[in-house]
Amino acid sequence: MKVDTETSADGTAAGTRSTPMTMIQALRSAMDVMLERDPDVVVYGQDVGYFGGVFRCTEGLQAKYGKSRVFDAPISEGGIVGTAVGMGAYGLRAVVEIQFADYFYPASDQIVSEAARLRYRSAGDFTAPITIRMPCGGGIYGGQTHSQSPEALFTHVCGLRTVMPSNPYDAKGLLIAAIECDDPVIFLEPKRLYNGPFDGHHDKPVVPWSKHPLGLVPEGHYTVPLESAAVFRPGSELTVLTYGTMVFVSEAAARETGIDAEIIDLRSIWPLDLAMLVDSVKKTGRCVVVHEATRTSGFGAELTALVQEHCFYHLEAPVERVAGWDTPYPHAQEWDYFPGPARVAAAFKRAMEK
Amino acid sequence: MTQHEPLHLHVPEPTGRPGRHTDFSYLRLSPAGAVRRPPVDTLPVDTSDLAYELVRVLDDDGAAVGPWAMQPDRELLRKGLRAMMKTRVFDARMLIAQRQKKMSFYMQCLGEEAIAIAHALALDPGDMCFPTYRQQGLLLARDDVDMVEVICQLLSNQHDPLKGRQLPVMYSYKRAGFFSISGNLATQFIQAVGWGMASAIKGDTRIASGWIGDGATAEADFHTALTFAHVYRAPVILNVVNNQWAISTFQAIAGGEATTFAARGVGCGIASLRVDGNDFLAVYAASQWAAERARRNLGPTLIEWVTYRAGPHSTSDDPSKYRPADDWAHFPLGDPIARLRQHLIAIGAWSEGEHADTQKQLEAEVAAAQKEAERYGTLADGNMRSAAEMFEDVYKDMPEHLRRQRQQLGV
Repeated sequence: MKVDTETSADGTAAGTRSTPMTMIQALRSAMDVMLERDPDVVVYGQDVGYFGGVFRCTEGLQAKYGKSRVFDAPISEGGIVGTAVGMGAYGLRAVVEIQFADYFYPASDQIVSEAARLRYRSAGDFTAPITIRMPCGGGIYGGQTHSQSPEALFTHVCGLRTVMPSNPYDAKGLLIAAIECDDPVIFLEPKRLYNGPFDGHHDKPVVPWSKHPLGLVPEGHYTVPLESAAVFRPGSELTVLTYGTMVFVSEAAARETGIDAEIIDLRSIWPLDLAMLVDSVKKTGRCVVVHEATRTSGFGAELTALVQEHCFYHLEAPVERVAGWDTPYPHAQEWDYFPGPARVAAAFKRAMEK
Repeated sequence: MTQHEPLHLHVPEPTGRPGRHTDFSYLRLSPAGAVRRPPVDTLPVDTSDLAYELVRVLDDDGAAVGPWAMQPDRELLRKGLRAMMKTRVFDARMLIAQRQKKMSFYMQCLGEEAIAIAHALALDPGDMCFPTYRQQGLLLARDDVDMVEVICQLLSNQHDPLKGRQLPVMYSYKRAGFFSISGNLATQFIQAVGWGMASAIKGDTRIASGWIGDGATAEADFHTALTFAHVYRAPVILNVVNNQWAISTFQAIAGGEATTFAARGVGCGIASLRVDGNDFLAVYAASQWAAERARRNLGPTLIEWVTYRAGPHSTSDDPSKYRPADDWAHFPLGDPIARLRQHLIAIGAWSEGEHADTQKQLEAEVAAAQKEAERYGTLADGNMRSAAEMFEDVYKDMPEHLRRQRQQLGV
């Protein structure tokens, strides 16, 4: 992890002015900072150049840095990631966008067989220091092709880093850390959080990031270190292991049940900050694992196994899992599918009763 | 009521099979010297005819003829012949070493030596090749790659530069412009385009050269590479080595029937050539033409090299099970080494005696390198890199879970 003069040891920005930003603005700011600092950084993907991306994360960057550093790509995820691997071999740091995580599958061979294993297979002769951004998750009536949470497919691949921020501050700091990282990083952006801390109460208006402390983002360079989780909400009765949108859903469940949950936001899904997880579960003795992705063989299964391996004698109750159902993500039935605050609250209560 | 006969599925078949000679007329050869040489700044669409013809320089008598015949640089041609002979000697010895179980696997390039070697000599230092596993000639054509180290990779021994992680022949030599060979097919083709794009983004003058076989052109990465190369006018040479066979499937199963692989390029707006891959002079001239286009920012060139895979696909198959055992002997484009040797003797730049001496000297050179490499172990004697190294280079810095797993293994 690079730590520069603008960044203090704990990753917080020192001496730079902070501004309220949405997650979209924070991500854009991260790319802006890195395009400015490192002439080897390039940004491309479908609709990313002139238009600035369908979610506008790269708006204005082409005008500022020119067409050879920020540009549109053909509709070919395999081509986007494949060229990024080649650029990495040359010495560039490509930051590419897959328009929706649901569309990464054509790039699987380039991600799994190439980017992830290039350093290993060449014994360090070549590396793929690339960042693959992709909006993920549901809550926007996107149906089965615009709502998936495929993180577990990436955590199963040796050599990848998989990251998912839950707020603008972390989004910018993690994206800068990902771009500076010499390993390939899968950067999953929960699109339902782009404009505010959505807590699963879809019938209520979402609070804008400008009204949330984590929407206050330093303008300059700082990093949130990879492999570091955060205690999002300290608590004493049970530990919630989660990431992305479900951080806020879990917070709502804690508020609504009155259960004093300690919510750990993994931020880096894999490799992860095991020590923080273990310390928290040992302290509370109860654990609920929450994610939006389907349940079976989801990353929650790995988290549950790790808790069992490292905290078994401290557990007062079986580990609870809350996840999406094992169905494709539906369209009209979105809110029956999405693991909202009520399902999380029910799991909290089950964990407390035993 | 329909007037039509019932539909039936067309599954292409080669004309030759075990016990039945191949009719090579499907290759549609052009006479040596007959195909025009356009200026390097030609428009891609104006190469349409070249994608269906066959650029050839050496005629049946070994004379260099036609517009692609270059001014003879005798030293370069002698160097090329020597490198082709070295590659063939190397392949033959490594094949025996595999049979002796000193290595797990091997792949020869028998009959295809001219393509990688003439191409390597046409590139500049700093250019980057993204090869398949049959371009060992790119390495063996160079003076700066230590043969002992190359053999150590094959033997997976203590001095294997890839630490025992890759199958034999999946070399990686960044300093020699040779990208790490994947083993997955076609992935490197689009990566070559990315490398070329990077060179253009940085205002560099270096170019990329991507490689693929006829079989793997069926993969999406091939078509994607053509699209990206065209869209961004990437400084890249897109080499399709059509050696007629992908393990047991004939090139028509990859889509070569009644068309050419070069024609794929023209359809994508890429200047394209179809070239006699067993003609060292043609390979050198076409490679130079394509390299010059790339370096002058004129964009990519696709070259289909027509050749024949004289050996098995790898040490794991027996071609006499799926094609005539003597097929190569009838292949109309012959043997690249014999053809260049004939030419050099004809122009007084080589002799039978020199050929025999060179052959002997190369056999001794390869044998000595093999002997030295074997001092550092072979797969058979178990003298390999430590298991602890298995956990390195997964990430730049080893994460905690890999430390724990290494500890668990007890190394």
